[in-house]
Amino acid sequence: MQLWMFVVLSLVKVIVVLVIFLTAVAYTVLLERKLVGRIQNRWGPSRVGPFGLLQPLVDGLKLFLKEDIIPSGVYRPLYLLAPLIALSCSLLSIAVIPFGAPMTWHGMRLFEISDLNIGLLILLSVTSIGVYGIALSGWSSNNKYSLLGSLRASAQMISYELALGLSLVGVVLRAGSLSLTDIVKVQAVHGIASWNILGGGQIIAFFVYLMAAYAETNRAPFDLPEAETELTGGYHTEYSSMKFAMFFMAEYGNMITVGCVATLLFLGGWTSPFGDLIPPPQNLVVQALAPLFWFVAKVFCFLFLYIWVRGTLPRFRYDQLMGFGWKFLLPVAMLNIVGTSLALSLL
Amino acid sequence: MHLVLFLIFAIFALAGAVNLLLQKHPINSALSLIVVMSSLAVLYLLLGAEFLAMAQIIVYAGAIMVLFTFVVMLLNEGREEKTWGSRTAKTLGFPAAAVLLAIFAATILRAGRHYGTISLSDGVTTTQELSKVLFRDLLLPFELTSVLILIAILGAVALARKDNGEA
Repeated sequence: MQLWMFVVLSLVKVIVVLVIFLTAVAYTVLLERKLVGRIQNRWGPSRVGPFGLLQPLVDGLKLFLKEDIIPSGVYRPLYLLAPLIALSCSLLSIAVIPFGAPMTWHGMRLFEISDLNIGLLILLSVTSIGVYGIALSGWSSNNKYSLLGSLRASAQMISYELALGLSLVGVVLRAGSLSLTDIVKVQAVHGIASWNILGGGQIIAFFVYLMAAYAETNRAPFDLPEAETELTGGYHTEYSSMKFAMFFMAEYGNMITVGCVATLLFLGGWTSPFGDLIPPPQNLVVQALAPLFWFVAKVFCFLFLYIWVRGTLPRFRYDQLMGFGWKFLLPVAMLNIVGTSLALSLL
Repeated sequence: MHLVLFLIFAIFALAGAVNLLLQKHPINSALSLIVVMSSLAVLYLLLGAEFLAMAQIIVYAGAIMVLFTFVVMLLNEGREEKTWGSRTAKTLGFPAAAVLLAIFAATILRAGRHYGTISLSDGVTTTQELSKVLFRDLLLPFELTSVLILIAILGAVALARKDNGEA
């Protein structure tokens, strides 16, 4: 394939994925507001458009038109850089995620920006760089609430990254590969029975991943970095207008990425839960779109769970958070690795 | 293609290293060090060491440098004082550095023929091949290193403990 064609196709893929991803981010915010509203026995946004469906557009417009205030005491270079780091790390990680069946057109993968041998490691490394966005924003704001919030956030993210990484080892052991496509292929044989969460015996790893992911993305019940009653807004107290929106988008983008990763690693990725019970469709278009449907449906269920937990559980205390991460999740994740490798070597 | 990327990231690494020394604020120096380490990761990737590249970012640029910035943020150090160094450092330091550089260069140039060569466009070493070397051919050194690191961790914990026995 010629170079120019590769470049053009890659650009088209990047643009399409970016537009869909950003739209998904906007509508995840709406989904959260709607669901939390229903959990709290109220309607949630319902005025703009049918069922409030145009609310994200209006929200975006409002944030865009807000006055952009830069407080006089901030350390400007890092204050301006921090939201960029947060958002770009959030957008970067979607690049290695395969959304649908590995179909190729002129040698290019259709439903994935790039297929890499080390896709899983790239996801972890992008997460570990994303900490800087939060750490620097709090420090450069020159505000005690921001600093406290960012210190909490970075300490929490470093602690839970260990449990997160270790919970994935069992999945990697079973697949024998770090490529996300290979990991899904292992789970594709018997439908829901061969998904890692059931047939793969990784249900404990799934729950460790779930809790570590909530803490990684600073979401309830681990949202201490932005605990309003103690810290006003946490690390983004001093940010306004689009810079605040960038942190906001980064948070929801991370939520979606975490949902995609959970889907790929534990819930069988784009494969149908029925396996071979339903014969594969003959029509090429259906063949391409059915995996996409399953993928989106699974990610949606995961996001639903995310918001449900946020609406139901109260916040942890900080020492409870640290104790839970180091004294419970980490040993459980390690035991899971030992158990998985024993089972794999005996079977 | 490889050469262009190599040049770009080599320049990034060098610029980051120089910037690290020139910056007056500690947090800027720490951030420059992150740039250096991330650029090194890209250079590893160009040489086909994909696992090493990602480990470099996760461990060095991610974990270790976060601790660095953490400490800088907590101490809240102001600007560094600019000194022009002691006279001993000037009279002895520059010749010593030159001699050291010459020794390194001579050793590497002489030993260069004994080692294999690698070029930028070589194939990628997969994680499987790497782990075969680490866990089969070099198992004993690998395990010894991990024991060494464990001892270092225990030592750090022992040093950080207060005298009354509470951690």
